[in-house]
Amino acid sequence: MTSVASSQTTVVDVCAYDRLTPDLGAAALVGDVQVALFRLPDGSVHALGNVCPFSGAAVMSRGITGTRGEVPTVASPVYKQVFSLLDGRCLDPMGMEPRPGRGQDLPVYPVRVNDGRVAIELVDGE
Amino acid sequence: MTEHVVVVGGGMVAHRFVEALRARDTEGAYAVTVLAEEPRAPYDRVGLSAFFSGTAPEDLALGDPALWEDPLVALRLGDPATGLDRDARTVTTASGDAVGYDHLVLATGSYAWVPPLPGADLPGVFVYRTVEDVVALREWVQERAASLDRPVRGAVVGGGLLGLEAAGALTSLDVATTVVEFAPRLMALQVDEGGGQALRRIIEGLGVDVRTGAASEAVEPADDGTVGGLRLTGDDDPLPVDVVVVATGVRPRDELAAPAGLAVGPRGGVLVDEGCRTPDERVYAVGEVACIEGRCLGLVAPGYTMAEIAVDRLLGGDATFPGADLSTKLKLLGVDVASFGDAFATSPGALEIVHSDPVSGTYKKLVLSDDARVLLGGILVGDASSYASLRPMVGAELGDDPGLWLVPEGAGARPQTELPDAAQVCSCNGVSAGTIRASVVEDGCHDLPAVKACTRAGTSCGSCVPLVKKLMSVEMAKAGLTVSSAMCEHFAMARAELFNAVMVSGLRRWSEIVERFGTGRGCDICKPAVASILATLYNEHVLAEDRAALQDTNDRVMANMQKDGTYSVVPRVPGGEIRPEQLVLIGEVAQEFGLYTKITGGQRIDLFGARLEQLPAIWQRLVDGGLESGHAYGKALRTVKSCVGSSWCRYGVQDSVGMAVAMELRYRGLRSPHKLKLGVSGCARECAEARGKDVGLIATENGWNVYVGGNGGFTPRHAQLLVEDVDTESAVRIVDRYLMYYVRTADRLQRTAPWQEDHEGGLDRIREIVVDDALGIGADLDAQMARHVDSYEDEWAAVLRDPERLRQFSSFVNAPDTPDPTLAYVEERGQRRPATDEERAHGPVLIAPATLEVRS
Ligand code: SRM
Ligand SMILES: Cc1cc2nc3c(=O)[nH]c(=O)nc-3n(C[C@H](O)[C@H](O)[C@H](O)COP(=O)(O)OP(=O)(O)OC[C@H]3O[C@@H](n4cnc5c(N)ncnc54)[C@H](O)[C@@H]3O)c2cc1C
Ligand code: SF4
Ligand code: FES
Repeated sequence: MTSVASSQTTVVDVCAYDRLTPDLGAAALVGDVQVALFRLPDGSVHALGNVCPFSGAAVMSRGITGTRGEVPTVASPVYKQVFSLLDGRCLDPMGMEPRPGRGQDLPVYPVRVNDGRVAIELVDGE
Repeated sequence: MTEHVVVVGGGMVAHRFVEALRARDTEGAYAVTVLAEEPRAPYDRVGLSAFFSGTAPEDLALGDPALWEDPLVALRLGDPATGLDRDARTVTTASGDAVGYDHLVLATGSYAWVPPLPGADLPGVFVYRTVEDVVALREWVQERAASLDRPVRGAVVGGGLLGLEAAGALTSLDVATTVVEFAPRLMALQVDEGGGQALRRIIEGLGVDVRTGAASEAVEPADDGTVGGLRLTGDDDPLPVDVVVVATGVRPRDELAAPAGLAVGPRGGVLVDEGCRTPDERVYAVGEVACIEGRCLGLVAPGYTMAEIAVDRLLGGDATFPGADLSTKLKLLGVDVASFGDAFATSPGALEIVHSDPVSGTYKKLVLSDDARVLLGGILVGDASSYASLRPMVGAELGDDPGLWLVPEGAGARPQTELPDAAQVCSCNGVSAGTIRASVVEDGCHDLPAVKACTRAGTSCGSCVPLVKKLMSVEMAKAGLTVSSAMCEHFAMARAELFNAVMVSGLRRWSEIVERFGTGRGCDICKPAVASILATLYNEHVLAEDRAALQDTNDRVMANMQKDGTYSVVPRVPGGEIRPEQLVLIGEVAQEFGLYTKITGGQRIDLFGARLEQLPAIWQRLVDGGLESGHAYGKALRTVKSCVGSSWCRYGVQDSVGMAVAMELRYRGLRSPHKLKLGVSGCARECAEARGKDVGLIATENGWNVYVGGNGGFTPRHAQLLVEDVDTESAVRIVDRYLMYYVRTADRLQRTAPWQEDHEGGLDRIREIVVDDALGIGADLDAQMARHVDSYEDEWAAVLRDPERLRQFSSFVNAPDTPDPTLAYVEERGQRRPATDEERAHGPVLIAPATLEVRS
């Protein structure tokens, strides 16, 4: 894992782009942060927090991707809440409350794809 | 020319006022400025307690934030109004500004009233009204919890709606809580004696102490000068407490009125007429601060009505206040409490029928007219599921046996009564049954989102949604429209139609199927359904081609996900028969990987706590030892339960174990709309509980009786007799056809019992089809089952041979063998289980899975 420090963000190399299968999420460990990576059929890569706010389990990478209207989504595999891959917002809490101390949305991390490698930007302190 | 409206107060009713004004004032005749004392945009005070279950204050914000970006709307936060000059038509604010108005709307709400209680100003005493209040309360409790080495103790003064909300908040913070109420019962305003007793029983059952008929005399300081005790009249010792919440009621914030010469009501509140106007025609008062029809109303629904009336008046209308509907349905500490209409039976001659069940902890009362026909009101405690259907019936006839309305939903035939058009269905938004019907018939709203958007019904508290949906469906049925059977937004067809479409088209790839028959890129509903259809049709591997991404996590990794994100592993044990060396192997694998072990209700063994990256190694050991996948994760055949039968049992008349093993090997791997379970009993004593299964065989002297459509689970059903006394070969053929026909035609997640009930002509017709081959599809079904049996292959063995698929079993792309660092376990009865939040926070007994010692 190589880190390049800039003023406020750290860019962390994660894996080869080809290692990601379209529509099949994968988890990555970026420092202490668990990230769920999704490569979509259009080639884009999205990175969200891997911990499902409603169960507390680190499983978002194992959810089913899809769309709601035009918005690409992933559904938590535990209780099926649906989240936007674009901004991490919970689009359907399925009538549930998140676990104590958590909001219902997921954090999103900027992704860079360069030279066939996928890297994640973390804001320092995360 | 644009006129200027100033709204004082930025609460719930102010929000509704601005929203309604901007929606209806299409000409832009009014610009509006909101002067708000609180530092945040209007939020959902009713949902304030959600803060304690993790909702962030920002998520409580009301409505579309774009409202505040509207050029005709200005929101000034944190600058309360301090004075009003009606002659100059200006409002002065704390920051010293004078804001001129053409029209003024007072929406200042209420404040939490604290009785003159000595010590009420000590640190550790709180009220419960604003976000700032709950933030401070939580901080205090957390700080106390950290500095005391015992559980925090708390008291709530007041046992009404707000007191119980506060008690719920304290309980969720793990505070040992006592509710002190002066009146002889809880929630005296909403429920009667019987309801209060039921409520008390339920709340005490949740571990909250309740003291009714108790007067709080003083809050007493501890040594450090913060709250230490609550003294109750007549008690020797004060109640020891570390935190007190005072919830003794609210008072209107009418302080701007009197100095400006506006009259207030006898118990406070700015006096307004039925148009929400004060005697000064430029000044309105709405919401909790308004004294309308002689009183202030402490609920949000009448406040919203007032906001709409004030808007209507500004726009030249003549709307009047329709009278307050004080009906409420609340969920306090998880307990339903509802009261509606004339709940206390004050109408002359009113009759009451009461149904009280101390066992289930419910209390239900209906108030009826003197001839026992017309519903006047009611109280529901513990189970308010009938609130949505009952409240709109107030004023209408309930039918001959009103008592039927009190039995639990689904338990008996509830009379079918048409709601009158005038009946109010959504009290939050004041929507009548007639309005909902009109939206369906005249405005062409044909699904729930459309009806909600068009009428606003169901958009606030949501308690009316089931009724809105029912009204919509009935109306659509009358118009000959079918309520959409679309699977989801991506496929307009039901599963059975899609099954046929996929079968006839011969398409085998998701991308082709969604392009041809659907839209978008699918979701967690349609993707697994398509995967299941493909599996039934072609019996290819669950992870074949592009299919892995279609599967639910369970099928995708061929194991059952548990609450902490690890998996359980269930090898197949056909018919429950297992050789000792296989038992030993399962035990060894469990020891080696530190898995929690349990005998399931399905006659096999479940190994829990396997991490994603451990699954291949675990299965390698099991497969090497001759075991195979049990499909516990799939919508597929699960188990065939057996009893010991004629081989050992002195009553057995057929070899039930042999039959069960044969059945399980025949149907293993069969994917279906829902899971499938079979059972085989060796005689009529039925020790295998075969009649609780989708297919049950019960041995007779001459062969087998075949039962179908049995179900345990949520809606238990006994299986019904399909054929009697058939030989083994015929039994197998009939079961083949029954299963295949079900798999082809049932809806998504529809088990055999409801499928059979819904099938046209019921079981008799199914018998004609699968036994007598009335449709002539028998050979087709037989061939399809034969193909299934021939092409079966253990899916775990197949994955273990495939390095590409094995890569999907790494924990992290950049650290394939690193265990998920969030996992934590504790030991219990000699095995491990996931640690609770509590144990994670405090427990010294955590076992990190990576370092779990293997007991030898
Ligand atoms: C392990 C087991 C409980 C046990 O410790 O004994 C179990 C565990 C689960 N059951 Fe069950 N059921 C188990 C026997 C049963 C039985 C009893 C039986 O099979 O004889 C029933 C009632 C009989 C029936 O199905 O008709 C049963 C009715 C359910 C239902 C309700 C289905 C319904 O029609 O209402 C669900 C929910 C569902 O499938 O949607 C369910 C769902 C589940 C799930 C899959 C819930 C989930 O999604 O996590 C659990 C998975 C646990 C796991 O990881 O293995 N389980 N479940 C049993 C596994 C049997 C096996 O060896 O495969
Ligand atoms: C915990 C809790 C649970 C509740 N549950 C329910 C329920 O289940 N059902 C139900 O119907 N109702 C419930 N209520 C009551 C409901 O919240 C109120 O009826 C509703 O909020 C009233 O709206 P309002 O706009 O009149 O007053 P508020 O929402 O109180 O808003 C008034 C606002 O005006 C501000 N203000 C006051 N004076 C000034 C000034 N001089 N200048 C500027 N701003 C000022 C205040 O700071 C406040 O923000 C609950 C209330 C609480 C606290
Ligand atoms: S009964 Fe409920 S809790 Fe028990 S195993 Fe089945 S699904 Fe899980
Ligand atoms: S009754 Fe609350 S949304 Fe309809």
